[in-house]
Amino acid sequence: MAVKSYIDAIREAMDLALEKDKDVLIFGEDVGENGGVFRATDGLQAKHGEDRVFNTPLAESGIGGLAIGLTTQNYRPIMEIQFFGFLFEVMDSIAGQMARNRFRFNNTRNFPIVVRSPYGGGTKTPEMHADNLEGIVAQVPGIRVVMPANPADAKGLLLSSIESNDPVVFLENLHLYRSVKGEVPEGYYTTPLDTAAIVREGKDLSIISYGGGVPVAVKAADELAKQDIEAEVLDLRTVSPLDIEAIGQTIQKTGRVVVVQEAQRMAGIGANVMAEISERFILSLKAPIGRVAAPDSVYPFGQAENDWMIKADDIVAKALEVVNYD
Amino acid sequence: MADITVNNETILDFTKQLKAQNDMFPVLSILNNNGDIVDEEALKRADLSDDDLINIMKRMLLSRQLNIRSTKLAKQGRFGFFAPTAGQEASQMASSYAFNHDDWLMPGYRDIPQIVAKGWPIWKAILWSRGHALGNEFTTEEGEPVNSWMPQIIIGAQYVEATGIALGLKKRQKDAVAYAYTGEGGSSQGDFYEAINFAGAYKANAVFFVQNNGYAISTPRALQTAAPHLAAKGWAAGVPSVVVDGNDPLAVYLVAKEARAWAVSGNGPVLIETLTNRLEAHSTAGDDPLRYRKQEDIDAWWKKEPLIRMRQFMTEKSIWDEDKENAYISEVNTLIDEQIKIADKVDKQKISNFIKNTLEVPGYAMKEQIAKFESEGK
Ligand SMILES: Cc1ncc(C[n+]2csc(CCOP(=O)(O)OP(=O)(O)O)c2C)c(N)n1
Ligand SMILES: [Mg+2]
Repeated sequence: MAVKSYIDAIREAMDLALEKDKDVLIFGEDVGENGGVFRATDGLQAKHGEDRVFNTPLAESGIGGLAIGLTTQNYRPIMEIQFFGFLFEVMDSIAGQMARNRFRFNNTRNFPIVVRSPYGGGTKTPEMHADNLEGIVAQVPGIRVVMPANPADAKGLLLSSIESNDPVVFLENLHLYRSVKGEVPEGYYTTPLDTAAIVREGKDLSIISYGGGVPVAVKAADELAKQDIEAEVLDLRTVSPLDIEAIGQTIQKTGRVVVVQEAQRMAGIGANVMAEISERFILSLKAPIGRVAAPDSVYPFGQAENDWMIKADDIVAKALEVVNYD
Repeated sequence: MADITVNNETILDFTKQLKAQNDMFPVLSILNNNGDIVDEEALKRADLSDDDLINIMKRMLLSRQLNIRSTKLAKQGRFGFFAPTAGQEASQMASSYAFNHDDWLMPGYRDIPQIVAKGWPIWKAILWSRGHALGNEFTTEEGEPVNSWMPQIIIGAQYVEATGIALGLKKRQKDAVAYAYTGEGGSSQGDFYEAINFAGAYKANAVFFVQNNGYAISTPRALQTAAPHLAAKGWAAGVPSVVVDGNDPLAVYLVAKEARAWAVSGNGPVLIETLTNRLEAHSTAGDDPLRYRKQEDIDAWWKKEPLIRMRQFMTEKSIWDEDKENAYISEVNTLIDEQIKIADKVDKQKISNFIKNTLEVPGYAMKEQIAKFESEGK
């Protein structure tokens, strides 16, 4: 298997999808000749033609509407929102329209749309370019929200998302684009959209995270191992719907859990995971659930972001609290 | 097939109609690329004294110098995000010269020079670019308010906000307007139409600039719209609209001045398209223009940039020369050096302060977070 970066794996998935299925289209701001501002679509227009990979005018709501309409002609659109901070411009397309269309057509039509978008901090972007807004979309019934944490998953999950007959918001971690490399299987393969993955086994506690939080959780688990604490790290991979079974299995195994997210504490996924655990598995718990999340402020773009973002040390401290509780 | 006509106008000849749209907006200019006057009448109407001309020249030079220094500092990691302005000095600095202290500026991320010209100290601009909250204070060195908002990152949003300000100014019967800037890419946003449409409907005190600089990151102007002129979009909203040579400081100033006078008198908004060009990268964050445009095209636009023609025109009038220019540039550079020093001395942004900036009265969890960061000195 070849070792590839996260962004190369994403590009490869799109290349394979364009090759395999002539109904797949890619569009968005600057995705054509320029290959997207991060080069996620680099070379795809040259290879597959301007008919299938093309730039749009600058309007996210228009991009969303285009994707929805194109499905009536049996296209499978992959639309790019240049930064997920601009979710709000396309929120009506996503939440008000594509998510509701299966209902609006009484389950007689499919809406196979992938909304690709980079999110997450740590790369010194300007305002609105680093926000973790997954909690907002994960509250909308009718869409899947997928957040891979490594290159192999990024490729397999993106191919599954493209095959999905429901709209998928596929979120790509900006920091991981080039900072993480990993073995990526050759050729076309899919990774299921409804299963979490254990990325590190352990018996003493579970750390549950997703997306950009996963490498930080793994780093914390490495630290904990030095203190003879074996942490299991569960990568949710798909944050809506949640793989509650996998959450239950790890809780039943360890009885102790820390939930980790890059987003603000008040914002979404972690709270939902904790609620599911409390509701279903509380009797398996030996300690209160721990949580590590960012503070409840706007994202502090620029010079303060490293202080603001979650750190492995925070997870270690919280894990020790949970492990030492009796 | 017979033409269908109403009042002698053909209605169903769409080809003819497209041509008519194309011819609807002649481009206003006063100075050509060489600095020759091409419209004496317009020049008279601009009514610029020698002092005004010198002021406009200085504002444009300040902007150019700020651009040179900011791009350099950004490359060294000492400036945060910066969107280069070279080539757009007339479009930005001659337009904003037509507005008053009480008018409200609504800038996009590329419009830092206009805010600086309105009295925002350069050190605050540097802090803004670094994501320091002190950079979000719009006051002069003396603490007087600067009527500007933070450079808007959300493309188009400043337009709708400007309409709100403009209606407020009208309701309060203020002798002031709101003036907003976006790019030709921004003119594709729904917010753009909503803003000019609302302002038109309320006859609000607004002047809208679309700086058509040829590109939205890599996307060329031709891809944004089939409209032959972006100004045509104003017609749909019943808003007077003008296309001006955006590299001609005198013509830009004239249109801006007339638009302001119209808007402040309660007649409603005006939309101005400035035809200009972005001579450098989209931003300092890794854009390479040669991936999507040709060097020859960039070189050709460098020959048409505004400083050349303004310098020529003023030198011929004997109110400007190389010595004056060099003296002013070194004055500006000294100022920028001082301002960088001030910015560098400011304490690092504290997260506890950031959280305090979220709600007037923080909630329970926020109070815990503030206390935790404060205990760590962060
Ligand atoms: C709502 C929104 N979508 C996308 C972006 C990302 N983006 C930043 S600048 C830019 C191009 C803007 O082009 P234009 O309006 O022509 O202004 P210019 O940069 O040329 O001054 C894009 C797409 C953004 N900032 N806001
Ligand atoms: Mg532009």
